[in-house]
Amino acid sequence: MSKRKLLLGNEAIARGLIESGCAIATSYPGTPASEILAAVAYFQKEASLSMHTQWAVNEKVAFEIAYAGCQTGLRSAVSMKQVGLNVASDPLMSAAYMGIKGGFVLISADDPGPHSSQTEQDSRLMAMFAKIPVLDPDSPRQAKELMGVAYEISESFKTLVMVRPTTRVCHSRQDITLGSIPKNKREVKFEKNPARWAATPKFRLQLHKELEEKLAAIANYRPTAPKKLNPKAKSARAIIASGVAAAHTKDILKELKIWSKMPFYQVIQPFPLHRKFIAHIIDTYEEVLVIEETMGVIEMQLADRYRVKGKLSNTVPKVGELLPEKIQEIISDFAGLKSEKFTIKSAPGRRPTLCPGCPHRASFFAIKKAAPRGIYTSDIGCYTLGLNLGAVDTVLCMGAAISQASGFYHAYKNEEKRPDIVATIGDSTFFHAGVPALIDAVVQKVGFVLVILDNRTTAMTGNQPTPATGHGACGEPTETVDIESLVRGCGVKFIQESNPYELKEFIALLKKAVKYSRKNGPAVVISKYPCVLHRARQGETGEYIPVEVTEECDGCGYCIKHFECPALIFHDDEEDKRVSIDPILCTSCGVCLNVCPKGAFVAKE
Amino acid sequence: MSKTIGQQILISGVGGQGVLFITSLLAEAAINKGLPVFTSETHGMAQRGGTVVSHLKVGEFSSPLIRPFKADGLLVLKDENIAQHGAFLKTGGWAVVNSANDLKAEKKIAASAIDADKLAQEIFNPKSANLIVLGFALARAGRTSMDRINLFCSLTDIKRVLKGKFRGREKLLNSSVKALEAGYKKCLK
Repeated sequence: MSKRKLLLGNEAIARGLIESGCAIATSYPGTPASEILAAVAYFQKEASLSMHTQWAVNEKVAFEIAYAGCQTGLRSAVSMKQVGLNVASDPLMSAAYMGIKGGFVLISADDPGPHSSQTEQDSRLMAMFAKIPVLDPDSPRQAKELMGVAYEISESFKTLVMVRPTTRVCHSRQDITLGSIPKNKREVKFEKNPARWAATPKFRLQLHKELEEKLAAIANYRPTAPKKLNPKAKSARAIIASGVAAAHTKDILKELKIWSKMPFYQVIQPFPLHRKFIAHIIDTYEEVLVIEETMGVIEMQLADRYRVKGKLSNTVPKVGELLPEKIQEIISDFAGLKSEKFTIKSAPGRRPTLCPGCPHRASFFAIKKAAPRGIYTSDIGCYTLGLNLGAVDTVLCMGAAISQASGFYHAYKNEEKRPDIVATIGDSTFFHAGVPALIDAVVQKVGFVLVILDNRTTAMTGNQPTPATGHGACGEPTETVDIESLVRGCGVKFIQESNPYELKEFIALLKKAVKYSRKNGPAVVISKYPCVLHRARQGETGEYIPVEVTEECDGCGYCIKHFECPALIFHDDEEDKRVSIDPILCTSCGVCLNVCPKGAFVAKE
Repeated sequence: MSKTIGQQILISGVGGQGVLFITSLLAEAAINKGLPVFTSETHGMAQRGGTVVSHLKVGEFSSPLIRPFKADGLLVLKDENIAQHGAFLKTGGWAVVNSANDLKAEKKIAASAIDADKLAQEIFNPKSANLIVLGFALARAGRTSMDRINLFCSLTDIKRVLKGKFRGREKLLNSSVKALEAGYKKCLK
């Protein structure tokens, strides 16, 4: 039964997993990977499959759960974004040595650009580091196919396999033919073998030797060998590409009318690069151009530094997304054609900002009132956009808001003038990585205020559930862990929940917390109000307090600068500077009533 | 419709305007007509009011992205985006822009302007500017006069997709079709 459907790359990947009989799928949300697990849950429900699909607390835990699944013989998969792989790298490195019983696929989605990440690191390099093979799809269609190939490699060679899509694969949609879902179930059996599954250093040496042998064999595996896409083309020069760069290159070579003249190879398996291919390339061509993202992984395995050009040789830019217009320039230069340079002058565009009605806006406004000259450490999530209100000074990685607050505290604690320190972290981020840092802060008696922004969801990535939500990826009921109890369990003595929409009371509480923190160690305020986008999608509404701006407004711009709600429009007319409220954007949350210092905002009758 | 069709359309706006929704309508229309289709989207941060652009390619393409000066058409839901995305349009390409101005200042591209936000308020559906702009473009595709544009799908094709998407949700279907037709009729005036 073949049906053609428009699938997002991430949905195609999920479908590929399902059609390969994946029985355990775990993940933590992260752009561009978030939709993978949600799609697995969708297909699972549609076909009434009895597999286990879940969001885990973080990528390390997600990986470990899936890995144990494969240790029983079940096919498993874990998905995440490239920086999430950093979190999962500890179990990855160890597991690579131990190998698998049931097939194990690690999907790590990269974000060249970066569009929404702290780095544009190349997960394929992590695969090389871990010594596992990696596959590099060029489109949603190919990403789906490669899931099956990955499991075959995994089980034939007893190794973990990484599949590395990028944003333009994950978030592209393509018409794709759906296949059938296997019905047979596997035996679940964990066979004891401590020499492998609990290998101590002495055994690790043997496992490492085996791992190297596996890689050598995979470097000879025919089904994933690089393909020359235009067999008739002959030249002293050739182009090699992988991933989306290969897709762009296909179209560009045809458009430049050199498809029949410029030999073009597509690499599906960037590591380990096929031995026969390396020899063929070095023997056949005088000059080779390698186009790949985001690092020269294929290029570095073709060790001829004179004849091979790519990222390492600075022929392809080392930073930024490899857009097709850039690829066209590079290919034209390489082929000796006159190259048109298309540099679109980059206009600023709109910066992202918190939604109108977002509780974080109120929280940040209050934090600046309570600790106006404080250091504001923050973290990763929607609330990072507190930057726009001047309420975010640092963002490093998941959970760092708390540890950096500790660091700043210790640096300043013997100084005469010590700034107030206010850390902000989201509920999902807190579960992900905040707990160990908070325990440390308690033990070290760090004087800071932690504001946990509990909007009851993992918002930025698409409103995935958290441990406090009460349901899982398939909508099934789960146990919940209450944040206040968790914070108390970490040893914090000052904890209070408050509603940021009640701005006056919230500011008063923050001031109390700041005062406490100056002498007594950590104070935690839980800012509790749901994500308005999520609530609206569920068909619910909140307060309805329509506001209007009166004649009292003198255009001072305080609300625009310090509250920054997108529904506030600043009219910059010479004679008449003033602010008005955009009725299309305004959600009538009423919080701005507390913002204007001139009393120009009033509730509508 | 021949399979050798090749149309590239860029859809540009800001988060929350429904850029991805319009893109998916056009993409589904292509699938229903048996045409190969490829789209590329911006997710995540864009929802928070940032710039959103999606690329739609109908035909045999390998790459999901449209290159500068290659787009056949441009649907712009926020007129300030012309500064950034106007350069994607090829010479002789078409553009439909949601704008209260007449865009005569934008000499570089021959754009039709429609005040879709105003029209959306008039039909009591403030968030439907995206459907209005699409309706307008579909009308231009149907015209036999000088400013006819080449578009792979028709009003009927899009209505069919809406019916499928909003099956069982009559109210949503009706208001969406109404917005689409409002834009369509505005063009024919």
